[in-house]
Amino acid sequence: MKALFSRKTALAAAFFVLSVLVLAAGASWFAPYSPEETFFDGLTLEGAPLPPSAKYWFGTDLLGRDLFSRVIWGAQTSLVIGVVANGVALLIGTLVGVTAGYVRGFAGNALMRFTDLMMCFPALLLAIVLAAVFTPSLWIVALVIAMVNWVQIARVIYTQTVSLTEREFIEATRSLGASRVRILFRHVVPHLVPTIVVWGTLGIATTVLLEATLSYLGIGVQPPTPSWGNIIFENQSYFTTAPWLVFIPGATIVAMAVAFNLLGDALREALDPTLRARQA
Amino acid sequence: MARYLAGRVGQALLLLLGVSLITFVLLYVMPADPARQIAGRSATAETVQVIREQLGLDQPLHVQYGRYLSGLAQLDLGRSYAQKTEVSEIVAARLPASLLLMMAAIACELLMGVAIGVVAAVKRGSRLDNASMVASFVGVSTPQFVAAMLLLYVFAVRLDWFPVGGYGEARHLVLPALTLGLLGAGWYARMVRSCLIDVFTQDYIRTARAKGAPEWRVLLVHALRNALLPIVAMIGIDVGLFMSGAVVVESVFGWPGIGQLAWQAIQQVDIPIIMGVTLVAAVAIILGNLLADVVAPFVDPRIKLRTAP
Amino acid sequence: MKRRILIAALAAAFALPAAFSASAEEGKPGGSIIVTYKDDIVTLDPAIGYDWVNWSMIKSIFSRLLDYKPGTTELVPSLAESYDISKDGLTYTFKLRKGVKFHNGREVVAQDVKYSFERTNSPKTESPGAGFYDQIAGMDAFKKGKAKEVKGIKVVDPATIQFTLSRPDATFLHIVALNFSSVVPKEAVDKAGKDFGKKPVGSGAYTVAEWKLGQQLVFKKNPDYFVPGVPKLDQITFQVGLEPMTAILKLEKGEADVAGDGIPPAKFLEIRNNPKYAGMIVEGGQLHTGYVTLNVQMKPFDDARVRQAVNMAVNKERIVKIINNRAVPATQPLPPSMPGYDKDFKGYAYDPAKAKELLKEAGLEKGFKTTLYVFNVDPNPRIAQAIQQDLKEIGVEVALKNLAQANVIAAGGKPKTAPMIWSGGMAWIADFPDPSNFYGPILGCAGATAGGWNWSWYCNKELDKRAEAADAMSDPAKAAERAQAWKTVFTDIMKDAPWIPVFNEQRFTFRAKRLGGPDNLYVDPVRIPINYDHIYIKG
Repeated sequence: MKALFSRKTALAAAFFVLSVLVLAAGASWFAPYSPEETFFDGLTLEGAPLPPSAKYWFGTDLLGRDLFSRVIWGAQTSLVIGVVANGVALLIGTLVGVTAGYVRGFAGNALMRFTDLMMCFPALLLAIVLAAVFTPSLWIVALVIAMVNWVQIARVIYTQTVSLTEREFIEATRSLGASRVRILFRHVVPHLVPTIVVWGTLGIATTVLLEATLSYLGIGVQPPTPSWGNIIFENQSYFTTAPWLVFIPGATIVAMAVAFNLLGDALREALDPTLRARQA
Repeated sequence: MARYLAGRVGQALLLLLGVSLITFVLLYVMPADPARQIAGRSATAETVQVIREQLGLDQPLHVQYGRYLSGLAQLDLGRSYAQKTEVSEIVAARLPASLLLMMAAIACELLMGVAIGVVAAVKRGSRLDNASMVASFVGVSTPQFVAAMLLLYVFAVRLDWFPVGGYGEARHLVLPALTLGLLGAGWYARMVRSCLIDVFTQDYIRTARAKGAPEWRVLLVHALRNALLPIVAMIGIDVGLFMSGAVVVESVFGWPGIGQLAWQAIQQVDIPIIMGVTLVAAVAIILGNLLADVVAPFVDPRIKLRTAP
Repeated sequence: MKRRILIAALAAAFALPAAFSASAEEGKPGGSIIVTYKDDIVTLDPAIGYDWVNWSMIKSIFSRLLDYKPGTTELVPSLAESYDISKDGLTYTFKLRKGVKFHNGREVVAQDVKYSFERTNSPKTESPGAGFYDQIAGMDAFKKGKAKEVKGIKVVDPATIQFTLSRPDATFLHIVALNFSSVVPKEAVDKAGKDFGKKPVGSGAYTVAEWKLGQQLVFKKNPDYFVPGVPKLDQITFQVGLEPMTAILKLEKGEADVAGDGIPPAKFLEIRNNPKYAGMIVEGGQLHTGYVTLNVQMKPFDDARVRQAVNMAVNKERIVKIINNRAVPATQPLPPSMPGYDKDFKGYAYDPAKAKELLKEAGLEKGFKTTLYVFNVDPNPRIAQAIQQDLKEIGVEVALKNLAQANVIAAGGKPKTAPMIWSGGMAWIADFPDPSNFYGPILGCAGATAGGWNWSWYCNKELDKRAEAADAMSDPAKAAERAQAWKTVFTDIMKDAPWIPVFNEQRFTFRAKRLGGPDNLYVDPVRIPINYDHIYIKG
């Protein structure tokens, strides 16, 4: 029963992620309008946004743009950031973790101390300060998120690498005279793949949430490029008069994060049941 | 124990040093110029220069940092650029609100998380279990600002049960604490559930059951005990997380905590306050970790205190 | 206009306190109200405080030689009971009112005035207002540390203070009424040191009773205030940290009386259209212009035709609609209620076709790419997006940089960095009601330096001379002539079009039904956002 639940939900999650991917990739086909077009009839005469209707499925936003089109294009932004930021974080985290756990020595030690140091940073504050230092753009936001998120991954990979190298079969290979590099790529890295896959999936959820938070504070992706976070940021003051402007993109963020979390969890159960870590 | 603590304190000081250095450098390269912020729009370039010199902002980075450190050594966090007041005083004024929110949020997480986790584990595989696990996934996947706005909209605007924001009375605390608590409870619920399920299959539980111990006793005394360690570790993480990570919740509900202060200071380029807040948050994170490590041996006697590598 | 102010001031010199308590008739004294703000009260030191939140608070705690008639821009004596200007316009002599006491019980004397002006101008104080006082003789030497005191400020006797100027300055009476000219007792400043901003002692209508940093500040009525019957309220509690949206919700639920940050655009229509709130919104003009600076040192804005073209391309009516008609389209830098405003001047009308032609003339047929810097708080990004769209129509591709306020200011003050800046959220709200304040720092050569506020880097020596000449006309009899001189300075600037003046914002205050007093107290042009001294609770 339990397994069935996970499989069913995991399938549903995978289906959801896939359809968002398709929507995002084909945004120019699926979105009925341009995300930046402000419609003459998109605001009431007094300048208020319109509620959902046959013409504007999700209503219009505060500038009279079609919210449905913006949400679809926003999926593209959020996914691009999710994949890029998380990819960079994984890359840094894996490099640091493997270096520290396998190469060790002075460099490995220094890297791990640095990772410990980064663990002591308040993550959100760090992201906000970084975003303030660099002028925000889509790629900068992705980098900022990566700068914050690699730390956890490095820790996990480090622990895994250490326990792997201490395992008997690697000791055995080593005693047979295999080179260190060979051992690394033949025996250590392949065993890290499940961890990387799991974190690669779970991390997208974290990234989507962090991007939304930064954009919500106004220091994420810059308008007019829509992202789910900055759609809410732009429209937040309308949330009592036009709640759909906040709660529709809000729901998409939640759905997306849930889907990636479920998928990651299912992958973890399938690939690596020992992993149990909490994301920041 | 004393030696252990001394080691940990030394380590913590080193970490703080690192945190302060990195933050200082980041703020140094920030494009905004604090002297101009202070001098105001009618100031001449000369006035701005005078202020820059008075604050020592014309000095090279290492001199500025050195001066900051020597102040820090005397527990002097400097004075705010905008307010001219001691940073320590400003931060201290915000601490009670942050601590209150933190404790309320953690209590909220624990209550809901443990209850849901236990029910889900006991009724494993049932609809209730599935529903509560989906709910906990939704909890951990919801950004703070979405939950905060939703609660505000429903309970303060529509139903009018709670005030929309502010500080001072118990009713002000409910919504912000609930926002953080609801979202965090998901982590606790999932962890408690999987811990309990692990335990249920173990021999000593079977033994206890076989001996005829009542089910609630088995659950509370034997099984939950096993979950205690990870719960303590999680509380440790939350102590650090809520100290500065509640930026969004604090600003939505007008809660005068550290997070709100940090966000205001970042917008005003008030570097001494940003530094102070970052350090306080780092201290909270380190203390949270320490708390988890120190409590661990009491929870599980097999664990011994050792100076972390 | 100028002239009227002075004459009224002189007349009022004899008629005070009648002038002050003119709006007093129906006010029932007593009671306590709650006012909310988003931002913290950073300081109440009159030499330092310079923001939306603390500006009017400081006016209520401290007194100045001159002040404004409540709800108007009309100067009236305050701490001074009369004053006299020499024929050459270089010497101002103020007679102090007798028996005015600081909150600590000591009487205010001329020495305190001298001390306060010197304190504001001492580099040690780091006052953002120090730039206003350079017309006083000997100020330069004092600021540079070459003199221990300011030669041009003289204590004649305990009740008489005399200022000597190095050049005639028609705005000097306004300068004396600025917050930075508030009179403070030396002993209290010495005692509190840098913490004076948290422990203010003045001679104003209210004293600080309680201050919980980051949470709330409580004002208590000063029973010894020298204007009888003022203030009306016993107590004002300021709650900070509340988003404007939250503040409005609190007010709707009766949890607050005044939303200090005004009505967020999103809530505006709902509130205005809801009969429940009839009479709770007060509308007023303010001395504000929202504009886009065009950096004349950067290509292609170094070409006046390009600047004129973008001026014609922006549809100001539509922008006004986007902010729910809470502003009127602007034609020139000065706001309509400022002396010197030219109501016949039409500026650049919306005409994209003509704009395209001008671009063609300038050899930019295909348009160009540029960047617009914007403060990232609503409604500024929306306005910027509307401008972006308008310019797209004439082939100009605008990239937006939405940044924190400090970063926008930093970019504006760096040479050749920001081609365009939308001023919203940092815009010029006049420090005092005089056209001079709209020129020097933001359009004159003096502001066009690194770290300055002239973000279009426009510097026209000839206009600078005319501005200087206008400000030298300090004889009240020449007020009309002076206003005319200023008028042409601003309309001539528009020929060069260093700005796109977009709109003049109206101010709206949302206050509880139980609050009374003339509407202009709630949109006071000088005591921004509201005049705390004269409002009251309806009986």
